[in-house]
Amino acid sequence: MATIDIHPHTSVEHHDEHEHHEHHGNFWTNYIFSEDHKVIAKQFLITGMAWALIGGILSVLFRLQLGFPDANLSWLKPILGGWLTPEGKIDAEFYLALVTMHGTIMVFFVLTAGLSGTFSNFLIPLQVGARDMASGFMNMLSYWFFFLSSVIMFISLFISTGPAAGGWVIYPPLSALPQAISGSGLGMTLWLVAMALFIVSSLLGSINYITTVINMRTTGMSFTKLPLTIWAFFLTAVIGILSFPVLFAAALLLIFDRSFGTSFYLSDIYIGGEALPNQGGSPILFQHLFWFLGHPEVYIVLLPALGITSEIIATNSRKPIFGYKAMVGSMLFIAILSFVVWAHHMFVTGMNPFLGSIFTLLTLIIAVPSAVKIFNYVTTMWKGNIRFTPAMLFSIGLVSFFLTGGITGIFLGNSAIDIQLHDTYFVVAHFHIVMGSASFFGMVAGIYHWFPKMFGRMMNDKLGYLHFWVTFVGVYLVFFPMHYIGIAGFPRRYYSWTNFDTFSGFADLNHLITVAAIVTLAAQFVFLFNFIYSIFRGKLAPANPWESNTLEWTTPRVPQHGNWPGEIPTVYRWPYDYSKPGAKEDYIPQHIPFSETPESNLPSENELIKLESNNGSPIVVEDKKHH
Amino acid sequence: MNMIIGLGVVLVFGILYMIFRIGNLVGIVREKKEGDGWNTINAVLFMVFMVGSLILFFWYSFKEIGAYELPVASVHGAITDSLFWITMWVTVAAFVIIFIVMFWITYAYRYDKNRRAAFFADNHYLEITWTVVPAIVLALLIFKGLRTWNDITGPAANDAVVIEVIGQQFAWTARYPGVKDKELGHHSYKLIDASNEFGLDLTDKNSFDDFKSLTLHIPKGKEVLLKIRAKDVLHSVFLPHFRLKMDAVPGVATHFKFTATKTTAEMRAETGNPNFNYEMACTEVCGKGHFSMKFPVIVEEPEEYEKWMASQESWLKQNPDYLKLVPANLKEAAIIKAGLPANSASLETTNSVTLK
Repeated sequence: MATIDIHPHTSVEHHDEHEHHEHHGNFWTNYIFSEDHKVIAKQFLITGMAWALIGGILSVLFRLQLGFPDANLSWLKPILGGWLTPEGKIDAEFYLALVTMHGTIMVFFVLTAGLSGTFSNFLIPLQVGARDMASGFMNMLSYWFFFLSSVIMFISLFISTGPAAGGWVIYPPLSALPQAISGSGLGMTLWLVAMALFIVSSLLGSINYITTVINMRTTGMSFTKLPLTIWAFFLTAVIGILSFPVLFAAALLLIFDRSFGTSFYLSDIYIGGEALPNQGGSPILFQHLFWFLGHPEVYIVLLPALGITSEIIATNSRKPIFGYKAMVGSMLFIAILSFVVWAHHMFVTGMNPFLGSIFTLLTLIIAVPSAVKIFNYVTTMWKGNIRFTPAMLFSIGLVSFFLTGGITGIFLGNSAIDIQLHDTYFVVAHFHIVMGSASFFGMVAGIYHWFPKMFGRMMNDKLGYLHFWVTFVGVYLVFFPMHYIGIAGFPRRYYSWTNFDTFSGFADLNHLITVAAIVTLAAQFVFLFNFIYSIFRGKLAPANPWESNTLEWTTPRVPQHGNWPGEIPTVYRWPYDYSKPGAKEDYIPQHIPFSETPESNLPSENELIKLESNNGSPIVVEDKKHH
Repeated sequence: MNMIIGLGVVLVFGILYMIFRIGNLVGIVREKKEGDGWNTINAVLFMVFMVGSLILFFWYSFKEIGAYELPVASVHGAITDSLFWITMWVTVAAFVIIFIVMFWITYAYRYDKNRRAAFFADNHYLEITWTVVPAIVLALLIFKGLRTWNDITGPAANDAVVIEVIGQQFAWTARYPGVKDKELGHHSYKLIDASNEFGLDLTDKNSFDDFKSLTLHIPKGKEVLLKIRAKDVLHSVFLPHFRLKMDAVPGVATHFKFTATKTTAEMRAETGNPNFNYEMACTEVCGKGHFSMKFPVIVEEPEEYEKWMASQESWLKQNPDYLKLVPANLKEAAIIKAGLPANSASLETTNSVTLK
């Protein structure tokens, strides 16, 4: 195996940087309070994986209640303690807490921080050709705010009044009044504090991502030569910066209402035998503010996964991504539209029906760029030469979920149809497939694909296949049946349906869903084993195991601080020159000049050769910025 | 016992780990054979998945969908249902085509070391086509949807039957305007107490004959305007058979108008279930008892409905103590409208004196 395991110190220019690295290279600065984007990415990844595990286990707990309502769970007493009723069932209020925390954890801690935090951090400097993020310090802060936020959210799981329990959307008044549900006491306070810190972390990260992409691209790396991953991370960061502060404001006003007697969201409430003094507020205001983040959040979660998939599908199909410009254009269009569709979550809140019409229109427009992306993925694979690496399998899985879940969005976005389907299991099925599973698959695909660059070793393929097939079929078995009970009107967040004759049937379907969920969770342990084992004992990876074009694969097997031992490579071409007619290999990396590939150049590219000779000098300027 | 199970689990994982190690070592020994074999296996599995899942989907859907479809019992519900099914046919057709093409491509273009992928980076005609076609299809679906939405959310007729539905943790109540004035009286949340759960404002003459019901009675064939409010937290009125859903929001009045098309008796005949009952549920999480907020619903012929209305006692009659809150100049009207005995006024005065 051609493994390069040298750590060259040949570059005079960067000698001091390496010295710096080695002299202060104690455990704390290297692995804990590191400012290196690759270490921070791994910190995000591992924290995100821990959260995914917790979120997954919570979901299996409430699935047990739904699938096997008569089962005696007293064997869980050591973990759940007082949250089990004497008959060994999950407490009805704790059930809501489980649902709430599952949503919060998965949406924010796994698919926002775990996904963007990992891959934006890891890939932006490596793929645009930068030594590190624009501000390593802010980047470090970003992780540690996230860590603090995680600790607080984690602690909230164990307090005696229970964690927040009003749903992950924390609609007031339920979330504002501890007398309405005990989770709205200390649990909700911790939730709000944790989310405030989370937003700080997210903003610190996003500012860094945007700055780095705009300012620190290597010579020749114009925006039109950026890999789609970077486009996706860049737009995600922009969306995050514009929308997270609104959630912050919403949370702040909620804190005021809870603790300081204001009435932003509260009005005309009679609870616990007394009429509250609050008047003039509107719970609908909170929903508008929440979904102004909440809907863009869907794309904060989804776009990075789509970016990762674009890269993986092109590489493993050995074909250029089809319609690069259309892909960028649709992401841009989605990013803009994501800000003007939020009220489709609120069709039946009693808001003005005319507003409902507008949001129906805008919502269904967003289906067009989404459809374009699916067609482009499929066409990218057409006439390709597809290698089914585990990353590729998960990427195909993502496209399949994006299709399946996207289709049901056409029902829900149509306000007239949404009247019946709103807050039923149809919605649960829809967003778990299109947003949850698709993004999760993007994240897993990314881990399989960039693991060799992260840890210098390969993950085991066979375990990857096993992981994929069980998870892929498992996810469909969990979420597809939910469409049926959604059509039957089963409401969300129900502890039990048997109070209603209308919703009493289909217990067998709920068994199936629960069993599938347990099997799917179990399959994740195969992945976890593969991940941990491969970090230490995996096969040593070549520098470019997937024969990919992007810049990160031009670094050594394990890139050190500063990423490239010598000069940062200059970029001459777009990242998708796969299987170019005439070329010897079926890939031409971005740093290969056209002058070296006369056999495969298109006529227009031959024109560019003249310009290439001038490209040498600016590198020095670029490098000096780092001193 | 637990120890033994624990040891067993450890042992099983130990064995799995050993198998994995051996597999790895064998893999390293015969490295050449890797790659192609598994690539084809994965490609074939995708085809198996595609064919299998489509067969399962169609077979199960055609066989069982009837069981999942709730019979529809409102005028607008029939329209939204048809919209739902039109959308279903259009999207399922698109879904199936793309699903088949995608997985067929993954199989047909699986890796072959003797083949080279095509360098096919864009094609404007293709891209324009698949931008414009979905846009047109969606536009058609939207416009049909929007017209329906406008009809549903438009203003109710002047002679619509008005019923108020109130959500609280964890029960529903209904308030009817009474047969005498057919108008709901004012209410205020500050007047709510243990008996006056509506917060009825007894200075408003329309409140005297209002009555409470723990069952939602609805006349068939008449437009009904549900006025919806909540006392404590968000709730949501969900009448699945009527395809009706609207949040109950503290401090914000909401409403929904609809016309029921089938009485409970007719629905029992249609479903062949003599125990069938319409039900109302809560679909906005509202706390511990969210899942138990059931409200029985009865749809009856208009004559039966009128009879039922006439037979109900007004809230004031059930709570004569509250007569003291009625202003003196309205007391007589209140006594008549509430159907109280004629001497109630004096009774009430003495009562209040003794209470003091």
